Amino acid sequence: METLKGFIIILMTSVLVNNYVLSRFLGICPFLGVSKKLNQATGMGAAVIFVMLMATAATWPIQTYLLDRFEIGYLRTIVFILVIAALVQLVEIVLKKYLPALHASLGIYLPLITTNCAVLGVTINNINDGYNFAESMVNSLGAGLGFLLAMVLFAGVRSRLESANPPKSFEGLPITLVSAAIVALSFFGFAGLVEGLFA
Amino acid sequence: MNEILIAALVVGGIGAICAVMLIAASKFFAVKEDETVGRLRECLPGANCGACGYAGCDGYAKALAEGGVKTNLCTPGADATAKQLAEILGVEAEEVVEQVAVIHCYGDCNHTAKKMEYEGIESCAAAKTLYGGAGLCSFGCIGLGDCVSVCPNQAICIENGMAHIDTRLCIGCGLCAKTCPRGIIELMADVERVLVTCNSRDKGAVARKACSNACMGCKKCEKSCPSGAIKVVDNLAVIDYELCDNCGSCAKVCPVGCILVSDFSGIHRYEVEKEPIAKEN
Repeated sequence: METLKGFIIILMTSVLVNNYVLSRFLGICPFLGVSKKLNQATGMGAAVIFVMLMATAATWPIQTYLLDRFEIGYLRTIVFILVIAALVQLVEIVLKKYLPALHASLGIYLPLITTNCAVLGVTINNINDGYNFAESMVNSLGAGLGFLLAMVLFAGVRSRLESANPPKSFEGLPITLVSAAIVALSFFGFAGLVEGLFA
Repeated sequence: MNEILIAALVVGGIGAICAVMLIAASKFFAVKEDETVGRLRECLPGANCGACGYAGCDGYAKALAEGGVKTNLCTPGADATAKQLAEILGVEAEEVVEQVAVIHCYGDCNHTAKKMEYEGIESCAAAKTLYGGAGLCSFGCIGLGDCVSVCPNQAICIENGMAHIDTRLCIGCGLCAKTCPRGIIELMADVERVLVTCNSRDKGAVARKACSNACMGCKKCEKSCPSGAIKVVDNLAVIDYELCDNCGSCAKVCPVGCILVSDFSGIHRYEVEKEPIAKEN
């Protein structure tokens, strides 16, 4: 029961309180780039969840059984980048062969995610926060879900922005950034949510 | 020294393992791509205009390779492309009906006027939503150039307040016809054609007040036509090109002069040195 409680707390924290996009400001590039249309945003979100889980499953054992053992933890960043990049490529090749339908829907997003800092961020945070393997996976799932949530919310905001008529100097990216900031501000409302969860 | 060695070995080792894995994966999981798709794709012009009805040239090439699709759907590529495609697929070549876009309007600034000053998004689609555009005529060209921006071959220009199509440059993809919010652009077989340059369905007097080039629906053309090809429907002369034999008698009797005889016979693609078609009477 205690473990389950711990998992729920980790999940809620990474989805809402420490949302990777809106509170930690990681993965802003796809957040701004692919959030124009709802179906693209959900596709990207699904791909990010998938890659985050894969990346955590691969990097946690490497950290624990390789880097920690040889006491070369300072190589974490470069090793994780290497592993994630190779992993995403591998997944893409396998998907293309066995699940062409999924490849067609995720295909264009997978290479984009390869160097996404949210993916690298979640794997490194798992280590820094001292999570065990199961907790790391839950945290990654939460981070992915949080990313998806942010994308879907912001796609809605952007569709409203399309028909808005901002001042000339705010058109395009500036007004998008301003509205992203306001959406991020709203996520401050979740601070303190987890502490009261099981009180 | 030892620390550097271990670090280098670990990172190098992981890199090497990843590389081997990727190479093995690309060998074992290689997806065989149909070679004919690539060859077919090379024959296509690559304008990605969508005239064939598929999502770009890649889509058409793929559909062709899968079979059951006609080889003559690429209007920009015309006969030459159809022949190449047919050769690769080993089927008989079919002739492409070459098409050009024409505009059923001649309401430039000399013929019609504005009813208001429009200051908004420079787009016909947007202007149309605001009381039907700035022009007096609510059927004719708005002249903000939505067609210009979609044309893949820069064949359209806005001059004197309305769009003009240079039929020498037109590749017949029909993107402009799909884009025009007024629906005044039509694709037409690439031969000599009689053309009604008006789209106004207003009653004669109203239409004439808005534009001096407007069809009044007087039915003179209908009476003069020997083959019964031209009919006035909803106060507008419409030509049935199945019946029309391009005699031009309707153009002669039209009191407004909104029926033109134009020569589109292939000049848009092969004899570029010729003068552009003059639409003026």
